[in-house]
Amino acid sequence: MSTDALRRLTATEFTLFLRDKVGPIFGVLFPTALLCVFGNIDFFTDPANGIDGQPLLHTYTPILVGFVIAMLALNTLPPTLASYREQGVLRRLRTTPVGPARVLGAQFAICLATAVVSVILLLAVARLAFDVPLPRQPFAFALSALLAALALIGIAVLVAAVTPTAKAANAIGSVLFYVMMFFAGLWLPIQAMPAVLRHVSEATPLGAAVQALSDAGAGHWPPAWRLLLLAGYVVVTALLGIRLFRWE
Amino acid sequence: MTTVIEVQELHKRYGDTVAVADVSFRVDEGEIFGILGSNGAGKTTTVECVEGLRRADGGTIRVLGLDPVRDRAELTQQLGVQLQDAHLPEKLRVGEALDLYRSFYRTPADPAALMAALGLDEIRGTRFGKLSGGQQQRLSIALALIGNPRVAVLDELTTGLDPRARRETWRLIEDVRARGVTILLVTHFMDEAERLCDRVAVIEAGRVVAVDSPAALTKRAAAELGVERATLEDAFVALTGEHADVH
Repeated sequence: MSTDALRRLTATEFTLFLRDKVGPIFGVLFPTALLCVFGNIDFFTDPANGIDGQPLLHTYTPILVGFVIAMLALNTLPPTLASYREQGVLRRLRTTPVGPARVLGAQFAICLATAVVSVILLLAVARLAFDVPLPRQPFAFALSALLAALALIGIAVLVAAVTPTAKAANAIGSVLFYVMMFFAGLWLPIQAMPAVLRHVSEATPLGAAVQALSDAGAGHWPPAWRLLLLAGYVVVTALLGIRLFRWE
Repeated sequence: MTTVIEVQELHKRYGDTVAVADVSFRVDEGEIFGILGSNGAGKTTTVECVEGLRRADGGTIRVLGLDPVRDRAELTQQLGVQLQDAHLPEKLRVGEALDLYRSFYRTPADPAALMAALGLDEIRGTRFGKLSGGQQQRLSIALALIGNPRVAVLDELTTGLDPRARRETWRLIEDVRARGVTILLVTHFMDEAERLCDRVAVIEAGRVVAVDSPAALTKRAAAELGVERATLEDAFVALTGEHADVH
């Protein structure tokens, strides 16, 4: 297997990702557009309405980072992987020296790279246009985002593994996206949730991720159990995904 | 003559269903060897074991001296495959597909020459999802040959092609063979087998009922049916029908 093949495969998958438009529009442009809408509503920028003395927009920035990751992982990966299996794309690759696993690898790399670009865009616009401070503990922020992305990719593979068709994978991915975004605080920030709901939220992958991102944004390391919980989701979904995913 | 494909006492089950009971045949270098059989006779399972896509439950298979499962990495370099119902991503263009698959192999063929031979030039910028059935089929043949394989397995080669495209494809396969490529052809078209194949194996209910040249099979069928001339279809029906015991 030459590196040329790997590069060509990744470049081709990336071209298809751009041509499909769902990822670039909903995973990159949409979250930042949402930030701009929130940023132009006084309610979100007035510290008087905020949580812990900071404007709501500051609370929402890590939620939108979670939104980017969930959007890219849950709304683009499951239908792509399921359709590749359904249409025999993976089967066809099994007969070549490259094999099908590297296509999945290319898909994960594209998902992660796009998430990095999208999060940087989001944070830059938040900082430059709306005075939201950049994460004060950048390393913890990056680590939390990476763990969150890997956990969500793991869940995406599980969705693709248990759904027979691209249509079903798309539907289940979307439903999971909304459920996870609810627990991540898109409609009601976790800090404002009643105690029971807050505990449930903090146990979900995206809820834990947004809390870890908030901690890091405010300048301190998230508690170890939060990062371990995210790492646990990564390991469990990866192991289950490897066991359950079928090439045909 | 060197044996390129050797299948001995192949056996394959799916749960309780026996897909291939006992199949043996040898394919020599430079041959076009046909596998004929009704739907569900075990043709596709047999070639999937040859390709290494499925693991045999019994028997041995060697392709160019390689074990299709154990020596997968090397075999895929030398074996070109055209599958039934395997598609490409909808938005991938014809030229991109060939460039991509070309990069997988050590000593690939020239994509320009292949595209010209298969009439893919004028659609090189077309997306896979917009191709007609025949165009998809031609691309699929091109991808089977892009690695410059020593052996090509073609499953239902001309299904979905119009008569002109079928004849062009047959000519192409003969050209490919003239370059020394050994071809294993799975088909249920008797005219195709008669035109292209040096020898055929007729498979019925997971067993080989005859291996011979189309001419020898038709001659034998004519004698058995008491007619002056029989077609390969007559021979096939006689071999695979209720009178399969006559031979």
